[in-house]
Amino acid sequence: MEELVFTRPRYLKKTPFHYCPGCGHSIIHRLVAEVIEELGIGDKTIGVPPAGCAVLAYDYFDVDMGEAPHGRGPAVATGIKRILPDRIVFSYQGDGDIAAIGTAETIHAANRGENITVIFVNNSCYGMTGGQMAPTTLLGQNSTTTPGGRDARRDGAPIDLSEILALTQGSVYIERTAVSSLKNIIKTKKAITKAFKAQMAGKGFSLVEILSPCPTNWKMSTIDACRRIDETVVQTFPLKVIKDETE
Amino acid sequence: MDKKQLMRGSQVIGEAAVRAGCRFYAGYPITPQNELPEFMSGAMADLEDGTFIQAESEIAAINMVIGASMAGARAMTSSSSPGISLKQEGISFLAALELPAVIVNVMRGGPGLGNIAPSQGDYFQATRGGGHGDYRSIVLAPAHGQELADFTRDAFEYADRYRTPVMILADGMMGQMMEPVVFPEAVNPSELPPKSWILDGAQERPSRIIRSLILDTVEMEEHNWKLARKYRMISNEIPRAETYMTEDARLVVIAYGTAARIARGGIRRAREMGLKVGLLRPVTLWPFPDRAIREMSRLVKDFMVFEMNTGQMIEDVRLALEGRSNVHFYGRPGGIISTPDEVGKAISSLYYRQHLKEDR
Amino acid sequence: MKKTIFAGFGGQGVLMMGYVLAVAAMRDGREVTYLPAYGAEMRGGTANCTVAISDEEIFSPVASSPDFAVIMNNPSLAKYEGTMKEGGTLFLNSNHVNRTIARDDLASIAIPAVDISRELGSERIVNMVMLGAFVTHTRMMSLDSIKNGLSEITTHTKASILKLNYQALDRGAEYILKGCAQ
Repeated sequence: MEELVFTRPRYLKKTPFHYCPGCGHSIIHRLVAEVIEELGIGDKTIGVPPAGCAVLAYDYFDVDMGEAPHGRGPAVATGIKRILPDRIVFSYQGDGDIAAIGTAETIHAANRGENITVIFVNNSCYGMTGGQMAPTTLLGQNSTTTPGGRDARRDGAPIDLSEILALTQGSVYIERTAVSSLKNIIKTKKAITKAFKAQMAGKGFSLVEILSPCPTNWKMSTIDACRRIDETVVQTFPLKVIKDETE
Repeated sequence: MDKKQLMRGSQVIGEAAVRAGCRFYAGYPITPQNELPEFMSGAMADLEDGTFIQAESEIAAINMVIGASMAGARAMTSSSSPGISLKQEGISFLAALELPAVIVNVMRGGPGLGNIAPSQGDYFQATRGGGHGDYRSIVLAPAHGQELADFTRDAFEYADRYRTPVMILADGMMGQMMEPVVFPEAVNPSELPPKSWILDGAQERPSRIIRSLILDTVEMEEHNWKLARKYRMISNEIPRAETYMTEDARLVVIAYGTAARIARGGIRRAREMGLKVGLLRPVTLWPFPDRAIREMSRLVKDFMVFEMNTGQMIEDVRLALEGRSNVHFYGRPGGIISTPDEVGKAISSLYYRQHLKEDR
Repeated sequence: MKKTIFAGFGGQGVLMMGYVLAVAAMRDGREVTYLPAYGAEMRGGTANCTVAISDEEIFSPVASSPDFAVIMNNPSLAKYEGTMKEGGTLFLNSNHVNRTIARDDLASIAIPAVDISRELGSERIVNMVMLGAFVTHTRMMSLDSIKNGLSEITTHTKASILKLNYQALDRGAEYILKGCAQ
């Protein structure tokens, strides 16, 4: 007898991902879609995709999706959520989107305690535009705009946005996870579930920062990219619950 | 009881917005329009379904409006010139995403920080789209308090009808001045026509996408032409102009907003001297009422454009006339408000000059 | 068409005078504009506003040469004396304005408005004394119109305070009617 053990989540469209082989977005999309399904919120969820690699997220998520200009996801999500407070609103953002051009929007949405969920995908580079330095690029990391590696005196050090957001009064749940291994993927799904649950309970601003491999721009194999996260990236961006005031 | 109220211009816009069913306002403080967000903070708090947000920036404010509009609300933001520059990104997105919204610009002197006196220096920015890409915004130019109320209502109607951003182009004087106003009856947002395109959770229907990214060039071209067709429709349907003493006029002043109001005084003085002069006042700056101007050129050989800048709308007047008549200019930038006497003198000296030429 | 500038220090109720006058004019069915100075111009403690009242359309709310000026302090006199229309009238709060007037074409009406309000037991009604004198001398409108205007815009004011303001208006009017200001 056949048993179905693995299928496409209800809230992912039947569209093949355009993401590079080994990219973390596909996994993260799947996790978010699974959580939406498991929480039974698919018919009342509205997503806000970013500018960046995940700009086409609306082609994959089978929920209402409204595009935001680069970095403005938390502001757009704020507008939606304030008009429709009983819906579930999430923004999906990359590191450049959230921690450089959209820093102000992010910090203030968190500080206001906007009851939204942010999925923050940190791959330590600008992927879509071809691997330039991101606010999260590690010291010494090569990028197309940091030849010879990121230099703190010239380029500044990587910014710990999640830690900064945790300092705001309005944030209730912030966790940093990774999709570098099966164990981490399971933890990530738990974190996403918790973040959405915090919103469903009306607690306030929740965010999951997910360390994600970018084999293309890191110029390494998927396995090496995952190893880099577990061995190197976590030194700068340790995996942990940064803030949890959901109880 | 007389329904007239004496009210400050920026608050008139706020009250009229609430009555038009606006339930979302986000803004950032900037003089000379601070009384508008201040008014909205109270008005929205008084409404069960109202939202006011003092945003962290002009950019955040316009993007919150994008979100509220996606969710189906009548939404508004306001600012003054430097702040409107910052909002241009969002205005371009509103146009591209085909979202209704109302943006109020209480113009001040510029460029740069400029000053806080009334000016009309943002005409190009407002009528050319302002942000990036191939789009237009509807621009309404009120000239006095009652029109601030009436045009705010119109702005929300146009925004919803055409799913496009609408700008109310006022100035510092209008924002600060109090005049008697009678407000239109309030609209209940729940009685407005339902919007078939909003994002409110897919429920029983297929999920929706509101986006502006169109990587396929053929599709993008289609979208651009679709917008262009819409803009052509708007250009056919809503251009508005007002005339004053033009029946027998040999010289017609073209001015909008505060300048038009002052120009009427100048024309009155010139008429008292026996000069046949009148005013054509564009009420919609985009779409520009070029047909009305072109028709007038059959009888009028001289037009004097009067603006509170160094000459911006004059380009649209020239385009409308296509060389049919002479176009002259009188302008006062920098926040200077001409007196009606001063404009009357400019009109009469031009009138005599052109007449002498004709008589020779 | 008559344009009036009200000018003085912040806290002297300058904007209130103009506002009350403008509301009263509106209820009398006149055309009216009220234009306050705003922003940086108000920093440093000065306040002024312009009220235009007319039976016809008002083209400009700005008074480049006002018919009347209600002047509450010396700096305001210095600022506006030169701009007054020829033959215009200055209403001076004479307890605070002691500069001499250079122009000989201007009429000036001196009202010891602070003294008068002290007699009524409050210095917060100096503006209403001035306004009472102003409308009575200019015959711009009735004192009743002004009182109605005042009561319309001070709906949250205690009856006793409103009454005191009415008294101040009356006393200002009385001062003119008795010919004391000439």
